[in-house]
Amino acid sequence: MKMKIVVLAKQVPDTRNVGKDAMKEDGTVNRGVLPAIFNPDDLNALELALTIKDKLKDVEITVITMGPTRAADIIREAIYRGADKGYLLTDRKFAGSDTLATSYALSKAVEKIKPDLVVCGLQAIDGDTAQVGPQIAEKLRLPQVTYVEKLESVDNKQMLLTRRLERGVETVSVPFPALITVHSSAAPCRPKHAKRMLKYKHAHTTTELQEQHRDYTDMFKEKPYLHIEEWNTEAVGADEKHLGLGGSPTKVKEIESVVLVQKESKRFTEKDQDIDQLMKELLETRVIG
Amino acid sequence: MKNIFVYCELTEEHRIADVSLELLSKGKKLADKLNVDLEAVVLGVQLDNAFEQLRSFGVSTIHYADDKQLFPYKTLTHAKLVQALFEKEQPEIVLFGATSVGRDLAPRIASALRCGLTADCTNLVIGNHVDERKNQNYENLLYQIRPAFGGNIIATIINPETRPQMATVREGVMKLEPQAVKNNPVKKKIDVSLLKPMDEVVKILHRHIEPPKVNLKAAQIMVAGGYGMGSKENFQILYELADLLGAEVGGTRAAVDAGFCGHERQIGQTGVTVRPKLYIACGISGAVQHRAGMDQSSKIISINTSIHAPINAIADYVVVGDVMKVIPKMMQSYKKQIK
Ligand SMILES: Cc1cc2nc3c(=O)[nH]c(=O)nc-3n(C[C@H](O)[C@H](O)[C@H](O)COP(=O)(O)OP(=O)(O)OC[C@H]3O[C@@H](n4cnc5c(N)ncnc54)[C@H](O)[C@@H]3O)c2cc1C
Ligand SMILES: Nc1ncnc2c1ncn2[C@@H]1O[C@H](COP(=O)(O)O)[C@@H](O)[C@H]1O
Repeated sequence: MKMKIVVLAKQVPDTRNVGKDAMKEDGTVNRGVLPAIFNPDDLNALELALTIKDKLKDVEITVITMGPTRAADIIREAIYRGADKGYLLTDRKFAGSDTLATSYALSKAVEKIKPDLVVCGLQAIDGDTAQVGPQIAEKLRLPQVTYVEKLESVDNKQMLLTRRLERGVETVSVPFPALITVHSSAAPCRPKHAKRMLKYKHAHTTTELQEQHRDYTDMFKEKPYLHIEEWNTEAVGADEKHLGLGGSPTKVKEIESVVLVQKESKRFTEKDQDIDQLMKELLETRVIG
Repeated sequence: MKNIFVYCELTEEHRIADVSLELLSKGKKLADKLNVDLEAVVLGVQLDNAFEQLRSFGVSTIHYADDKQLFPYKTLTHAKLVQALFEKEQPEIVLFGATSVGRDLAPRIASALRCGLTADCTNLVIGNHVDERKNQNYENLLYQIRPAFGGNIIATIINPETRPQMATVREGVMKLEPQAVKNNPVKKKIDVSLLKPMDEVVKILHRHIEPPKVNLKAAQIMVAGGYGMGSKENFQILYELADLLGAEVGGTRAAVDAGFCGHERQIGQTGVTVRPKLYIACGISGAVQHRAGMDQSSKIISINTSIHAPINAIADYVVVGDVMKVIPKMMQSYKKQIK
């Protein structure tokens, strides 16, 4: 029997390039103004899934990403790197979801595939919560293994995994079906494959092609593998009341810009006399020594 | 009912982890403010030390289970017992350490109880809230305060409708403050007969745990390097300076990500919080997530080529210059002057 793996990958704003205009009034992130990238840990997650496919061969890897239309980039990129296919979970009703609502929507999408294994990144760099993986596991009643650093072995029944903990490592066995979250110290993802890039560079969602005013019906009929399917609330059978701002128990009460209170500071240059002066003062005031 | 619970994590040595003791200290203050009790949850084996430690934190009740299925920590066994406990006890607030245990367990419980969970809070405060749209007042909510997104912003998160209000907090963020007087908490045993074979499907085959390597929190002087150090080789000079001053070495996330130093040395919101007598920031810009872990240092020196680095604003001494020139001179000058 073919093994099915779902990799959950998120498109995240590149938080290394955040300006002050990045937050909206309601406290949610204005993703529109930031460069969007493949969440780093999710690339480690994809690699782990690809390693399983290398070993067991008869494996199908599906990537699911939840986000706006442009998050289809994530699916293309994952396919270039070796994933078999992907779905874009997209709906205005998801807007403003916290981790609980997000994990609900994603768990509904995962349920449609009924995979043997769900692979997540440990955490997404926009919030660093590491909550979505375990919450999906709970919703799907799956055992979870978090902080995975290495796949030691795998067969059709179970995996051996090494976890990275604060003070060491732990090796565990887990039977399928299961959900795991992969740590950034796991193997980096293999590069995009040139042949796959050629084959899939025209893979699009219907919405993307509509926005470009292109006719897609013939293309998708001829080459169905170029169709990245979009799923909305109804498609995954999600209940609206658990989605979006309304379905999110956490609310942002207040957002405050951090105003730095300028301290009275002493300035020095890198000249020898200056450094001597600094060290002298530190010694005299017994801060050091 | 309506009490504050702290999930107390056990260390390899069967003691309560520092982060949990810090949360008990904070939890006690919140409990006093709300006029409710503080309760502790401890699951594991050989709990005598833990019980003794808990006498110093003003805990009213310890919910415990002493059973070999519960140590070392495994997700499903702990999740099942903790969830059942919370369903019965209906806590108002629950706090977890933001560790590989707390971050594994808390989201699973939050999902099961359909309640909110805020990760990596840097402060917890009790306050009120008015929802103008619903025209509703909420009293005594837990403000879960954390730096959000991108660095220039502090967000206050609340859970107006759902209970418990849950949060995780990193080690070192809250102060460890034992009570002056010890007490004898009531001990309530948790029924482990709830556990079924299916809660044991994940098996721990092997563990390799090392004694704690660095203890950044204990250091009186901290020499911290950022991305501006330029390379792992350049970072070595920080260890030299630290040796000379009797200091520990820390790093920013950018430095850790670049491989200049190990993850265990990261200071900040997602690393360790330190409060040394002196913090020497070398090639560090001073993003809010970093400042969250060091801005309570008594004295701060910033060494930075840019006069505009945000860290300079909170520094007592600003050296505008290249770290690779400044640090050797500092060492030289120090050696000369202590003679
Ligand atoms: C959710 C989240 C959590 C985070 N948690 C943390 C955390 O816990 N800890 C943390 O540190 N960061 C954290 N960050 C990252 C944080 O936002 C910053 O990106 C990071 O702190 C920047 O590190 P840095 O100052 O070393 O690097 P940079 O911002 O790149 O700064 C380098 C500095 O070095 C100076 N410099 C360059 N060359 C030299 C030289 N030769 N001599 C002297 N100075 C020089 C530059 O002027 C600059 O100021 C987090 C981010 C997010 C989004
Ligand atoms: N919108 C999303 N789409 C797909 N996967 C997601 C999404 N949000 C979170 N995830 C997955 O959950 C992991 C943890 O995310 P977080 O809890 O936000 O830190 C990520 O690394 C992804 O694998």
